[in-house]
Amino acid sequence: MKYLDEFRNPDLAQTILSRIRSLTTRPWVIMEICGGQTHSIIRNGIDQILPEEIELVHGPGCPVCVTPLETIDKAIAIAGRPDVIFTSFGDMLRVPGSHKDLLMVKSEGGDVRTVYSPLEALQIARENPHKEVVFFAVGFETTAPGNAMAIHRAQQEGLTNFSELVSHVLVPPAMEALLSSPHNRVQAYLAAGHVCTIMGWEEYEPIARKYQVPIIPTGFEPVDILEGIYLAVRQLETGRHEVENQYARSVRREGNRPAQELVARVYEIAPRKWRGIGEIPASGLRIRDAYAAFDAEKKFFVDDIQVQEPETCISGVILQGLKKPPQCPAFGKECTPQTPLGATMVSSEGACAAYYRYQRLAPETV
Amino acid sequence: MCLAIPGRVVKIFSEGGLRMGHIDYSGTISKACLEYVPDIREGQYTLVHAGFALTILDEEEARKSLETWEEMGEVIQMDEPQDSLRDSARS
Amino acid sequence: MTDFPETLSCPVPILDHDTVQLAHGAGGRLSAQLIEKLFLPRFGNDTLNRLEDQATLTLPSGRVSFSTDTYVVDPIFFPGGNIGELAVNGTVNDIAMNGATPLFLSVGFVLEEGLPLETLHRILVSMEAAAKRAGVQIVTGDTKVVNKGTCDQLYINTSGIGVVPEGVHLSAARCEPGDQVLLSGTIADHGMAVLTSRKGLSFQSRVHSDTAALNHLVEALLEVCPRIHALRDPTRGGVATTLNELAAASRVGIQLRGDSIPVKPDVRGACEILGIDPLYVANEGKLVAVVPGSEAEAVLTAMRSRPEAREAQIIGEVVSDHPGTVTMTTGLGGRRIVDMPIGEQLPRIC
Repeated sequence: MKYLDEFRNPDLAQTILSRIRSLTTRPWVIMEICGGQTHSIIRNGIDQILPEEIELVHGPGCPVCVTPLETIDKAIAIAGRPDVIFTSFGDMLRVPGSHKDLLMVKSEGGDVRTVYSPLEALQIARENPHKEVVFFAVGFETTAPGNAMAIHRAQQEGLTNFSELVSHVLVPPAMEALLSSPHNRVQAYLAAGHVCTIMGWEEYEPIARKYQVPIIPTGFEPVDILEGIYLAVRQLETGRHEVENQYARSVRREGNRPAQELVARVYEIAPRKWRGIGEIPASGLRIRDAYAAFDAEKKFFVDDIQVQEPETCISGVILQGLKKPPQCPAFGKECTPQTPLGATMVSSEGACAAYYRYQRLAPETV
Repeated sequence: MCLAIPGRVVKIFSEGGLRMGHIDYSGTISKACLEYVPDIREGQYTLVHAGFALTILDEEEARKSLETWEEMGEVIQMDEPQDSLRDSARS
Repeated sequence: MTDFPETLSCPVPILDHDTVQLAHGAGGRLSAQLIEKLFLPRFGNDTLNRLEDQATLTLPSGRVSFSTDTYVVDPIFFPGGNIGELAVNGTVNDIAMNGATPLFLSVGFVLEEGLPLETLHRILVSMEAAAKRAGVQIVTGDTKVVNKGTCDQLYINTSGIGVVPEGVHLSAARCEPGDQVLLSGTIADHGMAVLTSRKGLSFQSRVHSDTAALNHLVEALLEVCPRIHALRDPTRGGVATTLNELAAASRVGIQLRGDSIPVKPDVRGACEILGIDPLYVANEGKLVAVVPGSEAEAVLTAMRSRPEAREAQIIGEVVSDHPGTVTMTTGLGGRRIVDMPIGEQLPRIC
């Protein structure tokens, strides 16, 4: 596939790797923000071939992982109603709430449907005027424009049976929260290439300056990730800390303006809880009052559901890069992808799940 | 997070009040909303996430970044015998 | 692997009703009409035509292989096939995977009240064709009708009997270090054909199912190499699941070469869009063969000389390391685990 295969070319990857090796003189800790990057790193074994000075820490960039327990419980409460068709990306169906997941709601008779796009949820609402159609609007900045468009169209068409349960999160506030933690170890970021495709990179410049960290908007294929690491190491070794765009074929400085505008019209910035981390100010999106009719939390009176996260799991520490998944006593024992205790084991892109799936051979290979 | 896949716009049309396109992903064709890429033309490549086109992929930029490394690869090969990946893999 | 042109040459017989009635399953006049007008013209043979409660069969000598499977698929017609063709090929393949020659099938239908008889007829026509291609006879059957809304159009069960030739001993537990792992062609065709033709997912062009009977291929392979250790058809759960089952049953490791597993470009495109790993997607016309290393090339050549396995590849080898685990070397020189899937593959955005 064009734009994928060239960036999976092992020869180019080797070339970049040898440049990284000749550049690196000291240990560096680099965090890849995005779960998609984590996935690609583990799947391609990139962490196994890097010079040992370079430590990759897997960031919180997986909306499935960071969606708080209470939002899952709200989704389950709504999806169980007989008048509701509950629509969701496939990712969220297996995420455990306090007592069950959405697939279990479905098996109990709830009408829970997987959609690939929020526009499909909208179409289901058009075709089922006597049902309430709720879309589980999760995701980062990348997904927000599509979810905003669904609400915008519903309003234009006067569709009163469509609403969204919104749990949108924003990346830069989380990056800042990690950097300002007294335990921070991260010295450079690979920023999430598709988030930056929408948002551009202007908002990263003050973060790079204030915390003196290189921030590299980076793609998802092996050549992209290795080039991102190369650019980060080059800055670290020469004492620079700038935003430097690796993913130039997709990311422009200003991002995608039409997308940003519609997101800002439909949603507003709000504090949001991150599973495993806690509440981060101004790190989420919620539906503006002008679109309150499309807010499922208000429509179904679930905004008072509140849940405490269980204490047993160290996913917060993992998400901050302070520990690696195999260092958790529950990893691979009580906690597996079949029986996840916490956020990072839930999603296939969560750091724990990625380790579990691809790296249980570690004692032999590492 | 944010799986977005490159595909080529093969047809642009209007549907349900939205600018839509058929996107070709090496033979499989699927629909995507083009509202956020108003300047895109048939034949251009985009990245699609959850049914929405996010950007117009810049062929020139892609070519440049690949060429840089291809040239560097040739230089490295001339300078030194390429060391095997496994040599310096963590042992 | 046909797109139902048979219907053109087989007009739907004239019946009292256009759709399935509860009475079609009640054993009375309508049941008899269904059997005489729809089923017998398609499947008729000396054994079935007797319309006894059972088929009485004479089998060639040898060990008997017996298998059953129930088919539920949404949608019932998909690019490259339909539920009926799948029900014949699937059971034929299950029997063939221990080297047996499939001979006879039974067919049980659960029909939803209101199903158009024309739809049922189309399915029977393609089952007839599939049975003919595989060289098996449908010798006994049953039909039940359930109230509208209590099943999704129709479900089919097929069971089958075959006889294992002398000297053939295939088993998932016989893989040995040094064996090579062969795959008969591209993966994920069937699963992605079904997934992309489901309502909702807005796909315009679709990939085609690979549904096919594999018994003739198996015969050809056993002729070249009677010492094949194991054969499996990687259906639900895909190649990854099958290899994990083989590794577990034989207490060996399996090491795959990451770049050796063939996927058609359009199938790969569909997998990329939905975030689905083709290794975990169902196939209905492919097999995995584990053969002694010294005979791998001969078996590969035999595979490639047949139309249903032209794109066959050697995809990996059996090792004594990490017993029970399947690993894959990556293009960059790393290694990863290819695990069992947790559940059904769901389209994802992240």
